[in-house]
Amino acid sequence: MARVPILRVRDLLVATVQEDLRDSDAQALEVDLGLALERTEAAGVIIDVSVVEMVDSFLGRLLNDMAAQAKLLGAQTVVVGIQPAVAITLVELGLELRGIRTALDIDRGFTLVRQLIRQERLRGTARAQ
Amino acid sequence: MRNDELPIAGEDDIVRSRQRARDVARELGFGMVDQSRIATAVSELTRNVVRYATDGRGEVLIRELRSPLGQPGLEIVVQDSGPGIASVDEAMREGFTSGAGMGMGLPGTRRLMDEMEIDSVPGRGTTVTIRKWRR
Repeated sequence: MARVPILRVRDLLVATVQEDLRDSDAQALEVDLGLALERTEAAGVIIDVSVVEMVDSFLGRLLNDMAAQAKLLGAQTVVVGIQPAVAITLVELGLELRGIRTALDIDRGFTLVRQLIRQERLRGTARAQ
Repeated sequence: MRNDELPIAGEDDIVRSRQRARDVARELGFGMVDQSRIATAVSELTRNVVRYATDGRGEVLIRELRSPLGQPGLEIVVQDSGPGIASVDEAMREGFTSGAGMGMGLPGTRRLMDEMEIDSVPGRGTTVTIRKWRR
């Protein structure tokens, strides 16, 4: 199975997760995302999971980790397109993914990530003063 | 009546098993949410086999069921001949982890299904049986 492609759109990275990832492909995405953030100095990451029909505790935790990693590398992450059936399953599983920001679709995801980046910059400026 | 048997020998089989379980669930008329619950439960259980069983090997049985009242159901048995679970009660406790971070594995899986039974003998292996009935 192919790795998850990571596209650069201006100062954002966009990763579109395929239908059913193997564990190692999901782990590779985490590493690739870190390397891409270092290389591009992107300010935000959008992870599109709209075609993903199953998120188990492994993938759920990994999405959390990716957002935490991106934050340490100075980027804001938004996960977009979680399917309703997946959302119900995740909550029942006990994985509420409090560490990630989500949006219904990619369009709203772009708006949210822009907002988060702006907030973060304001906070940075306030701290500098 | 469906009665499928799949080997578990590596991470590809986690994907294959959960896809097969979803396919059978769809054939039996389970809705999208139940399909997601079933696929996720199978993913959790087969990953336990790949991670913890001896050589990461085991097997999955996916069976169509019919209740005495004619209600269709799905039974999935995941078995391995690994080290077994020393205390099933403890493994079913929320937040329990055997060290590799599967703290929500079994209790979470239980919540996704209608029924779950664990049969484990230390040193001999583990069999987890889960069932879901179509509403």
